[in-house]
Amino acid sequence: MIRLNDISKAFNQGRPNEFWAVRDVTLDIEDNRVTVLRGPSGSGKTTLLSMIGCLSRPTSGRIFLGERNLSGLPERFLTQIRRETFGFIFQRFNLIPGLTVLDNVMLPAYPLAPDHGALVQRTAALLEQFGMAGKAHSKVEWLSGGEAQRAAICRALLNDPQILIADEPTANLDTRLSQEFMHIIGELKAAGRTIILTSHDPVVSDAACVDRVITLRDGQVQDH
Amino acid sequence: MNHFVRRQRYLIDFTLASLGRRKGKNLGLLGVYTLIVFLLASVMLFSQSLRREAGLLLENAPEVVVQRMVAGRHDLIPVDYLERIGTLRGVVAKYGRLWGYFYDPAVQANYTLLVPRDRTINSGELIVGHGIARTRGLGTGDFISFRAASGTTFSFRVAEVLAADAELVSADLLLVNEADFRAFFGIAEGLYTDIALEVRNPKEVRTVAEKLTVLLPDTRPILREEILRTYDALFQWRQGIVFVLLAGSLLAFVIFAWDKASGLSAEEKREIGILKAIGWETGDVIRMKFWEGALVSLGAFLLGYLAAYGHVFIFDAALFAPVLKGWAVLYPQFHPQPFVDGLQVATLFFFTVFPYTVATVVPIWRAATTDPDAVMR
Amino acid sequence: MHGTSATARLHHPGRAGTVPLLLLGAGLLLFAFTLLDAAWRGNDTALANSRQLVAGLGLTDLALFTEARYTRHLSQADRHTPFQDHPLALDHFPSGSLVPPPQRLQQP
Repeated sequence: MIRLNDISKAFNQGRPNEFWAVRDVTLDIEDNRVTVLRGPSGSGKTTLLSMIGCLSRPTSGRIFLGERNLSGLPERFLTQIRRETFGFIFQRFNLIPGLTVLDNVMLPAYPLAPDHGALVQRTAALLEQFGMAGKAHSKVEWLSGGEAQRAAICRALLNDPQILIADEPTANLDTRLSQEFMHIIGELKAAGRTIILTSHDPVVSDAACVDRVITLRDGQVQDH
Repeated sequence: MNHFVRRQRYLIDFTLASLGRRKGKNLGLLGVYTLIVFLLASVMLFSQSLRREAGLLLENAPEVVVQRMVAGRHDLIPVDYLERIGTLRGVVAKYGRLWGYFYDPAVQANYTLLVPRDRTINSGELIVGHGIARTRGLGTGDFISFRAASGTTFSFRVAEVLAADAELVSADLLLVNEADFRAFFGIAEGLYTDIALEVRNPKEVRTVAEKLTVLLPDTRPILREEILRTYDALFQWRQGIVFVLLAGSLLAFVIFAWDKASGLSAEEKREIGILKAIGWETGDVIRMKFWEGALVSLGAFLLGYLAAYGHVFIFDAALFAPVLKGWAVLYPQFHPQPFVDGLQVATLFFFTVFPYTVATVVPIWRAATTDPDAVMR
Repeated sequence: MHGTSATARLHHPGRAGTVPLLLLGAGLLLFAFTLLDAAWRGNDTALANSRQLVAGLGLTDLALFTEARYTRHLSQADRHTPFQDHPLALDHFPSGSLVPPPQRLQQP
């Protein structure tokens, strides 16, 4: 369970262009559920997501991951948690160009320095699961939108994280691929993971596997 | 420990794969870098070796050479100066030396003619240095003619050719006996080119030199230690061509480092953000960049240094020969002896590897320590 | 999109670091070898003949630069031979930029 207490985030604090992206957000996100954060651009959903996923720190307020208070942790521990607990799928996939799919997917495991052979096999199994085994040695810039999406999913799942986070995952996909994506999400939920998505795409928020939709506007949660 | 090594190995894998994305550019960079190291290391190894050789070879030069000056120029010295020196404490032997230069218009080369003390040469014969034998195609038994100052042509028979591996000191030598020398140059009996003194105790040499300046005021003594110091200053980096070379290389390095340090592109920043977002720590990112700089510069250093070593000690510094030869026709063939001064190699290593590595790591410091949040945007 | 029962045996084309690290290792070995070579081969028996001549003939200079008398006998040169035109005149020969005038000529 992820609990957010009075979370606020400001950018350019103290300067004339100070901007509060998130204001006094209090939320509970349940385990093994698919939660969607919905709202127009500028509503603060991406900022909120990055704080939940330990990619940035709130200006004020506290975040609890289970029993742990994330807000006071030094960067190293935060990174460790990020690595072990969260898997990220970015809006533009953020795969590293020039490297192969295999190399890209294996990257999150590098700091853990596992046995190389075992790592390759584990990655192979994951790629196989998502039908990307044939593309393992292709450079990522040659992938289609759907293939890049699946590669990004594999990379997010490599360290077997409990919580999966995806930011606008269907923004660059057509309807068919968006539906396929939500189908994958459903399968992952069935396997026991917690999933948090941001989107303003109705295909996402209206999907069958979605348990809860939270609407955000101007950095605050709308009563729902 | 094992984990640490494995982790570094993974970081190295990534950094090399990353470099491999632009193979051409990075190989070109490595190539230029290697070339610079090659030039610097070649000059360094060659001059070290030659300096050391000069020191070893000239260890047995005469302790004191007394030169007479007339109107500021080197002039012949009369034999009665030997008597005027008399018995100076510490001087074991004193004798007049006869040597001079001859310009041979046939090959446009300068020869040094010398009257040896350690051997007898028959009249009409000479012993020729290997360099001259090589250039004029002479062997034992051949004849060679010179036109003296008087206008007469002197003909000599080559009695012997000096050893080939002694060319560094004797390439242009012609050894003749005293009578022939005097007749050829028109130097009367009782005059010598200079006087050499043998002083056993090195500590007494200076005292002897001081006494000489008093005894013979129109002469100046040249001490062996001065000779050695002259050659120790050979190819010092402060001077001329060597300096230009070094300055040029340094400039190239500065340009390299400036290019690296002038900030990250948006692309590079983004990639660092991605790495951090997927779970790499700040330390991992920095160490990964460190490996990039260190491996490239280490590779360039090793390649350049090894190439230089081969160039100087296997190919006898072939690239430098035209520079050293200059306008001379006679250039001694010699093989530089392998000699490596640890301190200079360490300095070269430090100055090639360290700045480049630092220039690679420092610019990413900022990006590596900020939150990966920016990637999400 | 459907996994097969058998785990895919994926062939990894080789870690990017393998070849460069091996090459670097070889380079380091060669480097060590050059240090040994210099210590071992740099013996002075090759200089024996030259040293003998220097001692026997009373030579004072190396026969490196034979263009002119003041470059040939660097240590015997007097103040006026290299600076025949003017002390600051450009060197006549390339060797002038490789070798400075003898130290004692630089002293007042």
